Amino acid sequence: MSQSVAVRVSHLGKQYRLGATQASYNTFRDAIIQTATLPVRALGRVLRPSSAPSQRTLFWALQDVSFQVQQGEAIGIIGSNGAGKSTLLKILSRITDPSAGRVEVYGRVGSLLEVGTGFHPELTGRENVYLNGAILGMRRSEIARKFDEIVAFAEVEKFIDTAVKHYSSGMYLRLAFAVAAHLEPEILVVDEVLAVGDSHFQKKCMNKMSDVAHEGRTILFVSHNMQAITSLCSSAIVLNAGQLVFQGTAQEAVALYLQQSQDASQLYTDLRTARRKSNPKAIFESIQITSGQGESRFPKTGEDVQIAVQIRCFEPIRDASVCVVIWDSAGGRVIDANTRMAGQDVTLSQGDVGIWTFCLRDVLLRPAFYRIEAYIGDVYLGGIDYLPNALTFEVQMNPEYPMGTVDYPGSYRCQFEVQYYPAEQAVERSV
Amino acid sequence: MAVIDKIDQMNQGYNPYQTQPLVIESKTGWVSLRLREVWEYRELLFFLTWRDIKVRYKQTLLGAAWAILQPLMTVIIFTLFFSRLSGTASDGVPYPLFTYVALVPWFFFANGLAHAATSLVENANLVKKIYFPRLIVPLSGVLAGLPDVLLSSLLLVGMMLMYQVVPPLSSLVWLPLFLLVALITALGVGIWLAALNVNYRDIRYVIPFLIQLWMFASPIPYSSSIVSDAWRSVYGLNPMVGVVEGFRWTLLGVGQPPGIMTLISAGVALVILVTGIAYFRRVEKTFADVV
Repeated sequence: MSQSVAVRVSHLGKQYRLGATQASYNTFRDAIIQTATLPVRALGRVLRPSSAPSQRTLFWALQDVSFQVQQGEAIGIIGSNGAGKSTLLKILSRITDPSAGRVEVYGRVGSLLEVGTGFHPELTGRENVYLNGAILGMRRSEIARKFDEIVAFAEVEKFIDTAVKHYSSGMYLRLAFAVAAHLEPEILVVDEVLAVGDSHFQKKCMNKMSDVAHEGRTILFVSHNMQAITSLCSSAIVLNAGQLVFQGTAQEAVALYLQQSQDASQLYTDLRTARRKSNPKAIFESIQITSGQGESRFPKTGEDVQIAVQIRCFEPIRDASVCVVIWDSAGGRVIDANTRMAGQDVTLSQGDVGIWTFCLRDVLLRPAFYRIEAYIGDVYLGGIDYLPNALTFEVQMNPEYPMGTVDYPGSYRCQFEVQYYPAEQAVERSV
Repeated sequence: MAVIDKIDQMNQGYNPYQTQPLVIESKTGWVSLRLREVWEYRELLFFLTWRDIKVRYKQTLLGAAWAILQPLMTVIIFTLFFSRLSGTASDGVPYPLFTYVALVPWFFFANGLAHAATSLVENANLVKKIYFPRLIVPLSGVLAGLPDVLLSSLLLVGMMLMYQVVPPLSSLVWLPLFLLVALITALGVGIWLAALNVNYRDIRYVIPFLIQLWMFASPIPYSSSIVSDAWRSVYGLNPMVGVVEGFRWTLLGVGQPPGIMTLISAGVALVILVTGIAYFRRVEKTFADVV
């Protein structure tokens, strides 16, 4: 029985100090001051930084999480932002240690928390393939054997000896993913890497992922894309506020998660404390949705919708684009609206705070729950701030767009009427 | 292909997870140094070192010439200022040569130390996204300085030819050992600072002063013979004293042959390294959360 277990997680917990990154920069001074007064204690603090973070606010990013993954099983990990998904992956990939509990892993683990980790812009494509492969845990001989395959998958044969800083962002991503895709560990841990690139590339990635899943390898897969979860994974767990709230089939887990996000739907979200990568040049401070003539309520099918995002800039940004993307609950990308499509480049100076409002006309979405992704990116550096789940809102039923008795899944709901003619008449009309 | 597969299988012969699981749990107390793990990741060490070497002088106008220019400029400055002040300080050897011999290991040490100390923060993207023994990062920072030693040694050979100084061949075997002491010292101090730098970014500003002070606490622009006997035993606790004196003795034949002081230097270097690794291991589990 126990032979078939690939990963056993028992009572896993991870505690973080709130604002640890910012606060710790000051503590050297504190440490010195304390050295003057209480040398022993200060030395103890420097030597044992993990102990006794007394007055700081502690919170559990993960608490008492237990589950098992069988060998060859593809398991999805879902949950809203801050639910603890990334923390769980980091512990499984041994990047950070848990504060409580334990994990037993049976097999070689390969983790893909981002594509292109360790890529160096000054090195050529060839050199980066070897470097990145080594970083991901491949042997040199293994990389050499797969090299041609990797380059062919990435479709960059002609540029393989060019420094990757001259690559287009598409080529860069393709090469980065190609290396990662040829990693062959027994247990693969994957974070939202599929959220990059164009749709052609995303499809290619998904295909590769499902190949991997069908080869019988164990996969732990985190995504906001419910479609990807249900198509790749047989089972899934749902995390909420650091705790495991469900383990079962992928379909059931997705349904539960959607129910949760419906409960969480709102008109305004304060995003200042949202979890994001450290020290972005600019952040989304808030997002608000209004409907019709700017009324503070959820929209009905066919109404105008205004999405307002407030951005604060910490470091100058040039030629950036502010984007909002509306996703449906099945993981379909429904609407893209961004400043670049509107022909505007966003240039901000340090300290600027501004509100961008996207006024969407006649939004013909079916009554359901939708998630808004907010993204600021610049052409050269990519993502500046990225919140895949900035806000969840509801589109309510509009009597002018009849629903019928069954809730049909098509997201786009235009007005239509049905005409009927008997066949002969139809033929006559077409002649 | 079959051969490569075979090699792969041999490489993977040591697989600790096959029979018993890898256990991830909260570690408390002092942990072991786990040097075997570093050895298992030697290919990554190789690639990171190779990357550091390749990238070091990219986008510089003079490229690898900097490996020679740094000590050369320093020799010129020292010659202009110090040789006039203390004419007898170079033990009868031409002052530029006397100083340059010391600067070859010194720059290896100083640059290695500086690179290692900032390496974890500079490689934060790696540390946050992938697991590997973190020790590899400062280690590759120091090792990447070795080609610079070769380059700066070229000029050393040229200077020795010019001044017609012939080193006693039998003593040359000591040279790699002295270089090893410099490497261990740079690595030991670098590892201490790298680990501290993650939590306390003040370290970044401390490094230049530390290196400057250390330089004057080592017999680089002067001969260690000017240090009074009373202070010599304290002075010898600085491992770079042993390294620089060793280089001078091997290549120029001046000063004391390797003895007790050399052993003390090597011993101190090892102590710094071992305590550094222990401290590094102790705090490394928090790196990804803090860096």
